[in-house]
This record gives sequence, C-alpha cells and structure tokens, in this order.
Amino acid sequence: MATEGENGQVKLIGATLSPFVVRVRIALALKGIDYEFIQENIQTKSELLLKSNPVHKKIPVLIHNGKPVCESMIIVQYIEEAWGNKAPNIMPKGPYNRAIARFWTAFVEDKLFPSMRGVFTGQGEQQQKAVEDSVTNFLLIEEALRTNQCFAGKAYFGGAEIGLFDIALGGFSAFIKAVEMATDSVLIDPEKMPFLSAWMDRFCKSDGVKEVMPDPAKQAEFVSEYISARRANMI
Amino acid sequence: MATEGEKRQVKLLGATLSPFVVRVRIALALKGIDYEFIQENLKTKSELLLQSNPVYKQIPVLVHNGKPVCESMIIVQYIEEAWSNKARNLIPKDPYDRAIARFWAAFIDNKIFPSLRGVFTGQGEQLQKAVEDSVTNFLLIEEALRTNQCFAGKAYFGGDQIGLVDIALGGMSTFIKAVEKATETILIDPKKMPLLTAWMHRFCKSDGVKEVMPDPVKHAEYISARRATMISPPTAN
Repeated sequence: MATEGENGQVKLIGATLSPFVVRVRIALALKGIDYEFIQENIQTKSELLLKSNPVHKKIPVLIHNGKPVCESMIIVQYIEEAWGNKAPNIMPKGPYNRAIARFWTAFVEDKLFPSMRGVFTGQGEQQQKAVEDSVTNFLLIEEALRTNQCFAGKAYFGGAEIGLFDIALGGFSAFIKAVEMATDSVLIDPEKMPFLSAWMDRFCKSDGVKEVMPDPAKQAEFVSEYISARRANMI
Repeated sequence: MATEGEKRQVKLLGATLSPFVVRVRIALALKGIDYEFIQENLKTKSELLLQSNPVYKQIPVLVHNGKPVCESMIIVQYIEEAWSNKARNLIPKDPYDRAIARFWAAFIDNKIFPSLRGVFTGQGEQLQKAVEDSVTNFLLIEEALRTNQCFAGKAYFGGDQIGLVDIALGGMSTFIKAVEKATETILIDPKKMPLLTAWMHRFCKSDGVKEVMPDPVKHAEYISARRATMISPPTAN
C-alpha cells in the first residue's frame, strides 16, 4: 500500500459523472496511485478550483505536491511521466506509435466530443445533423480499429493493455451511452461497429475502469435533466 | 551533410504560408534535419496528401520512412522523440514543466487560433467580438510570461532556448501580423503586451526561425486577398 510519502500528495478536483474526470481516475487507478478526491459543485466553483485553474476554471485538476495540472489528457500524460517507473505504461514506447496514440486522442477532443455535444444540446434538424456527424466520427474509429496496424487484432488501442487512446475514448463510455439513452439515438450501433462495441464492452469491464466508471443510467438521468434545463432557459 | 537518400527519408507536405506548416519547419530546422518539402496546392489536394492524412486531408503531414504523422504539434513532439539524441531538446525534461508546456500549446490551438480565425474571417460585429476574444487570450499569455515560474524572466517559453510553446505560438507570428494588417486591428499591442511583443521579436530573429518564417509582406497580401474573396454581398433574404 503506497504511503503519501512515496507518491507525494495527490488530490484530484472533479465530479464523478464528468467523462473528463473519469479519464484521470482510470489513469490513477491503473498506476495504483492513492489520492484525495475533491468533489466540485458544478454550480458554485470552489476557491481551490479557481486558483488551480484560473485560465479555464474547469475540472479535472490534478494537484501533485501542491502543483496543479489541468486538461484531462495532459493530466493523463503527466501521470504516465511522473510515475514512469510504475507499471503499466500508458504510452507506447516508439515515437511513431506515440504520435498515432496522440493523433486519435486529439480526434476525440477536436471532432468526436464536439459532435456529441451537438447531440445533447441540439434540437430537431441540428440534433439530427449532430447524430450523423457523431456516427461518422465513430465509424472512422471503427475503421482504425479494423485496419490501422497499431490497433488491428489487439485487445486495446494500447495493445495487450489499456493505453492513452483507450483512456481518452473509453473514459467517455458511460457518457456516450447516457447521451444515447437521454436523446433516444444510436451512436454506436453494434451491427455497424462490431469492433468498437466489443472494445468498449471489454474496456468497461477492466480492472481500474469498472470501479470508477459511472452507472450509465444515473448519467442518463443527469444528461436528461441537463437537456430539460437548457430547453427551459431557451425562449 | 545529408545525402539525397537521407533527405528522401523525411518529407514534409505543406504550404509555405501555413502557420501550422511553419511550426513543423522550425522544429526540423532546430534539429538540423534535412527534408524534402512538397508544396501542396490547397485547391487540388495531391494523392499523397489524401493517402497520408485520410482523416483530415490537411497539411502539414510529415512522412518519415514512408510513415505519415499528422497534426502540427503532434508532429513537433514526434520530431523531438524520433531525433531525441539531436540537440536541441524542444520539450522540457521534467514531467511538470512538460505538462505546463502542453497546457499552453493546447491553449494556443484551442483558444488563440479559433479567435484569430474569427478575426481573419469576420465582419462587423463578429469581427469586433473576435478581436476582443483574441486580445483577451493574448493578455492571458502576457500574464503567463510575466508570472508563471516556468516562463518569467526567461528569453523563451522554453527557457534559454526555443521550446514547444514558442513553436506553437511563434509559428503563427506572420499570420497574426498579416491578419492585423488585413483587418486594420491590433491584436498584440506593444504597450499592453510588452513581454509578448519582445518575445515575438526575439523569436522571429532566431536561427532556425528566420529562415522559414514567411515574408510578412507576402503573407499580408495573401491574407488580404483571401478576405476579399470572403466578403460577399448581402443576400436578398
């Protein structure tokens, strides 16, 4: 059992349902790092959060020995590097494979998440378009799983073990299912995306993941409430 | 001196005026890597580009021994790691300093560039809002230069030498100035942002940078011409 001395002092400012926070919790769990979880209230941001992330004022924030690290995938890479001696390694070894892992991670941030946001914030035609865009984006990942030599035929995008891109996308698993439930849409159709479906199932059952992944039904309630609240504020 | 064979091993698909391509060229220059530069025509994308970057179909793409790497800051990190023995190091050694460098590089991609693009393409009120957003974002960087312990008092964001954040932002230097000129706006006011102004000046004169930075006059002409094609008459509806 790690002592505080060995790992230093680790705090994570977050919220249990945030997929960005889930990503960080998975990385910490995989590395076996103990930490204090500080649940933020989304309506009223704490002084600690505002001080630790003055630029974005968002969760997650990892505070390691008093120094804050922000942005979920930057935090995950930090965890990998600060605890580089602790197995498992989240990043591949070779520079090319690392570039591929970062490329697909950036794809989730720059394309996939924005299209998904359109699904739960949009209505009517806009929402329909967002669903189509999300499906297109998931299909690109399905194809990468099928054909990219870094991924094809392996249990995870990271190979035999969970890696950076598994965390980047997999951390969103409950959130993706919740959005599907709350908006009555299908984003990952098992018939059209068999590899992605199988991977997600495998990922969600893995050690380190299953303990921190939110219950999709609870998350769906939260997403539904969020959608209703947004619509109520709309004229 | 690299042989022709060596040079063929590294290809960069790009366009000389693209700030994203400039970033990669700076990294290659700083590492002293020879490469074949393949100028892309943005209107008719080459087979090689479409094949190398099927997801985005965009430049820059670095092709190293036949394997393509896409997205400018991912390419820069790749260059650092694939040629890690070659001085200089573009990324700090310490994990915390790296996280800070990545944070600000992400800020430039996720906040600065979109607000700049808003200025580049905007008109009227939209333009005004984009200018305000850009100034707000640049002020945050000015403050980081002034107060963040990783950067304060140093020649570059990378310390004594150019690093990841310098490349991420500095690669945009002529683009920023060209957009200011074409829209007759000030995004980096030397009086309000003295540190940022001094840094940009220093950066643009550095070895490795000055050779690949676009000609500001040509860049300004290009941006003005592009803007002229965007201004369309109001529709009847």
